[in-house]
Amino acid sequence: MRITCPICGERDRREFYYLGARDYLDRPAEGDLDAMHRYLHLRDNPVGVTQDLWQHEAGCAAWILVERNVTTHEVISTRLARERKL
Amino acid sequence: MGYNAWQILKEGLTGNKGWGPVWRDAAPKPEYDVIIIGGGGHGLSTAYYLAKNHGITNIAVLEKGYIGSGNIGRNTTIVRANYGLPGNSEFYSHSLKLWEGLEQELNYNVMMSQRGVINLFHSDGQRDAFARRGNAMINQGDDAELLSREQLRAELPYLDFDNHRFPVYGGLMHKRGGSARHDAVAWGYARGADQLGVDLIQQCEVTGIDVVGGVVKGVQTSRGPIRAKRVGIVTAGRSSQVAAMAGLEVPIESHVLQAFVSEGLKPAIDHVISFGMGHFYISQSDKGGLVFGGDLDFYASYAQRGNLPMMEHVMEAGMSLMPAIGKAKVLRSWGGIMDMTPDGSFIIDRTEVDGLYMDCGWCYGGFKAVPASGWCMAHLMAEDRPHEVAKRHTFDRFRTGNGLMDEEGTGSQHNLH
Repeated sequence: MRITCPICGERDRREFYYLGARDYLDRPAEGDLDAMHRYLHLRDNPVGVTQDLWQHEAGCAAWILVERNVTTHEVISTRLARERKL
Repeated sequence: MGYNAWQILKEGLTGNKGWGPVWRDAAPKPEYDVIIIGGGGHGLSTAYYLAKNHGITNIAVLEKGYIGSGNIGRNTTIVRANYGLPGNSEFYSHSLKLWEGLEQELNYNVMMSQRGVINLFHSDGQRDAFARRGNAMINQGDDAELLSREQLRAELPYLDFDNHRFPVYGGLMHKRGGSARHDAVAWGYARGADQLGVDLIQQCEVTGIDVVGGVVKGVQTSRGPIRAKRVGIVTAGRSSQVAAMAGLEVPIESHVLQAFVSEGLKPAIDHVISFGMGHFYISQSDKGGLVFGGDLDFYASYAQRGNLPMMEHVMEAGMSLMPAIGKAKVLRSWGGIMDMTPDGSFIIDRTEVDGLYMDCGWCYGGFKAVPASGWCMAHLMAEDRPHEVAKRHTFDRFRTGNGLMDEEGTGSQHNLH
């Protein structure tokens, strides 16, 4: 599996650290325990296309939102996680 | 069909033409007392113990593919009870005791081989950790023995003891651990359940779960609707999809775990051995193949095949530990889909839907749990209260943070186990 870092270009999967589902981008407010539980633990865990967060750990250290097919390991698209918030 | 020496002799002399199917290929009835979704090891043992221990025999096990086609037919077949935390400790201890009587219980040869599991350590700190684990195992009533480097050298002369980076300091021996024949376990439970009246229904995919007013009423399948008073979801890597049919979201992320088998070799490795400084473990099957594996690929996947980096890591770790295996050729590899929970421990619990139960989150260690998982899931479904040795394995521990069982001590987060 190869992932295209939007900054550095296409690289081997080994350069990237996998954090998990894109749910991690939507951190709830402090104090709401049920929301925090959903954020940390509950997952759609879809078959097919998913979006998850990877960090180009051995490269530019950017956080990347990767659109991937988890059934074929095809990487469909990548973009910087920060752009999603703009 | 009975199995005995006379039968084997007779069939051997007459071309083995007299063996018949060992269970009925049942067609679904319109209604059952209990439906188990998933005909893998855990689903089959749940059905078996529901019938055997609780007298509930009007059961259907619904399997999308064929019996034994999932992880029960593709794993590294290790049986052990070397867990340290309350919850896991008593559960796996119970499971090992069931393993020890399983062949007599099922009258089926599951090739249970208590050849000993040895966890190697490579530093003083790791020795302390394994001494502590060994004491926990003895406290739970199981066996553990700390082997010195010299004792280990006598048992496993082929290890690279003086590896510059990871010298072997010793190992923790768990003599009652070992391995069993994985698909024989599936067939044995299938045959046992069938003989007790359970319908094993293959090629029957569940496509929906009927819930009315918060109570489960049955399931929709590729072979028509089936009503049931109670439904158990025992679908491992596909737990999230099946739970979603009842509107449930579960704390599971599915990952791929790879394993490898070499060509058949003469007997060389007598135990199950795990390397302490890289994720690698190995044993030798009765056919002679070296069976070995490593860690998850560490990304969500349903592909049933992994990528090359983890394959490379496993081969490197194996070569560091026992350089001699570099001469063996890898015959095949495969990847199974693991239902990973945040803390790395399983769930056997009720759900928010009355009459709907789940047995899931087996992570990368479901095989050794097959007997006790079925035993406890059957207890839960029959009595509507958890079995003593599985009562800590709830969904709620993640919401409250109370009673997490993070056996590896890495944290309770999806990408850490």
